[in-house]
Amino acid sequence: MPWTTIEVERQDNFLIKDDAEVSRVISYKDAIYEALDQSMSRDSRVFIMGEGVDDPGGVFGTTKGLNEKYGRDRVFDTPIAENSLTGIATGAAIAGLRPVFVHSRMDFLVISLDQLVNHASKWSYMFGGKVNVPLVVRTISARGWGSGAQHSQCVQGMLMNVPGLKIAAPATPYDAKGLLISSIIDNNPVVFVEHRWLYKTMGNVPDSLYSIPFGKGAVRRKGTDVTIVAVSYMVIEALKAAEKLQTENISVEVIDLRTIKPIDEDIIYESLAKTGKLIITDTGSKTGGVASEICALVGEKAFYLLKKPIIRVCCPDVPTPASDILEKAYYQDSETIYKKVIDLMK
Amino acid sequence: MLENEKLIELYRIMQTIRKVEQKIEDEYKYDEIKTPIHLSIGQEAVSAGVCIHLKKEDYIFGTHRSHAQYIAKGGDIKKMIAELYLRKTGCSSGRGGSMHLIDTEVGILGSTAIVGGNIPLGTGTALATKLQNNDRVTAVFFGDGAVDEGTFHESLNFASLKKLPVIYICENNAYAINSHQSNRHKANNIYKWADGYDMPGYQIDGNDVLQVSEFAQKAISRGRNGEGPTLIECITYRWKGHIGTVNDVGEGFRPQAEYDYWVSKCPIKWYRDYLKGIYILDDKIDKSINEEIDQIITDSFEFAKNSPKPTPEDLFDFVYVN
Repeated sequence: MPWTTIEVERQDNFLIKDDAEVSRVISYKDAIYEALDQSMSRDSRVFIMGEGVDDPGGVFGTTKGLNEKYGRDRVFDTPIAENSLTGIATGAAIAGLRPVFVHSRMDFLVISLDQLVNHASKWSYMFGGKVNVPLVVRTISARGWGSGAQHSQCVQGMLMNVPGLKIAAPATPYDAKGLLISSIIDNNPVVFVEHRWLYKTMGNVPDSLYSIPFGKGAVRRKGTDVTIVAVSYMVIEALKAAEKLQTENISVEVIDLRTIKPIDEDIIYESLAKTGKLIITDTGSKTGGVASEICALVGEKAFYLLKKPIIRVCCPDVPTPASDILEKAYYQDSETIYKKVIDLMK
Repeated sequence: MLENEKLIELYRIMQTIRKVEQKIEDEYKYDEIKTPIHLSIGQEAVSAGVCIHLKKEDYIFGTHRSHAQYIAKGGDIKKMIAELYLRKTGCSSGRGGSMHLIDTEVGILGSTAIVGGNIPLGTGTALATKLQNNDRVTAVFFGDGAVDEGTFHESLNFASLKKLPVIYICENNAYAINSHQSNRHKANNIYKWADGYDMPGYQIDGNDVLQVSEFAQKAISRGRNGEGPTLIECITYRWKGHIGTVNDVGEGFRPQAEYDYWVSKCPIKWYRDYLKGIYILDDKIDKSINEEIDQIITDSFEFAKNSPKPTPEDLFDFVYVN
């Protein structure tokens, strides 16, 4: 049985703590479902397409039953043709609809790069803003259980290189709902990066329809010694590491970027002004990725704030191995982050 | 049979395409049109024959070789020429150039420079039309090279599955740059792919504007009536080289005899003679049509050349919309 079940069941129901007054704790998965449900109810232009979106599983529960609620025209299964389906969704967006196209593995998005990169991302600019492409492409990554090199990739870093695209990577249930709603109402193409290991994460989520601005990060934990900038699932690993480091009297500030295109630069510089030490952790490969871009930004604009060299905690530049032994060597977690922080504090 | 007015209109459209492109060709040597151009001279009947049956609100998507469709669908010629001169007043505000033409007022939703890239987009607008419950039809124009791409097959499959109101117009001019179709396809039967996707497919004389018009009309009403997509393969020929104004005949690219044969099959000359033969067109009407076209061309080039260029400060406009 793949990570879609076993590995996820093994995850603890990590609770995102915040100071919200409203208390309705739901999972990341349910938050995504709710965002889709409420968006479809609010706006008849929204529709969902993708492999298996109308099957009984409903993309790990995130689209489950929506086909019955909104009809087969608005929630439908597709042929296995990721590139053209991306183009078809783009065409529908150009004609005024708001498609949500779903890849149950982020690896499959790579097949669609022609339509995503050459067409959807450029169609507005190339024609002087005469048309919009309000497209959302949901992608789900994960890790573990021998999924290997083609069922585990997190290529969001690669996509940061594409002008015209926006990229959201929520780590909490609150953000999963709010950012998905923002992505759907946005008039630009958005890649919405989900991580399967976040699906059981719990947190406060208002039942109302709300949006979160792109390019606005969040401090998930305040600290003074080291700044950890984390993306997607690595936010959870960073929070776990920070908790453990507290017992060593090391105070870690954890920043969740929430969207990686655009990036909230100021939140990073403000934290660095306090700590002077930076660790960046992302679910993707190290070279040319999200962490590389943040290194470049800090090098260009906030070099004077650094007291120590920056450390990147990312997957090594190796295709994901299937062996559980090699997987353990490949993936970074709270332990790796913990050790890097200890090193940095020496 | 079309009424006389439409028969004349077909001639006017083809002649406009021909004359606009000849003017572009003449002006290209002055290096003020600083963008790659791909001329449709010799292929005018395809765009004219299809677009004559499209309504203003119907959609089309073109390719790098899109001047003809833009003109035939009623795109603003001034804005097209201004785009070739990369001016702010161009249809794409100088961001696209010749390969990226748009006029949303008349349903021209853009053209792509990636072979086969527009086929899913046009399939997508047809999907939108179906979901929005209106009766718009989308026409996607592409060459024989685009049939090599997966997007052609993936899109036809989807359009047929969903019975989408789209017509796929393959302008088979035999060449993808300089690669002859016989180097890329086992047989000369692109239209037969339609069979496999369970939709009607036809191979027709793309230089006979009446034949194009007849088949396009049938395909468009089929789409409008919710009966699904159609593939029409129009056999035609590109007189000029792939790009720019080069004449590559006799340079090892294309045989002179082949070129001569197709020039003898000029779609406009044939049609003009036909209209004169049935006494719908005479020298007087022909002269007045040509004068009208010449005036449009003069005005358009003047408008383009006198229009402002973008300024460096404009670079970041349109990357994102609000």
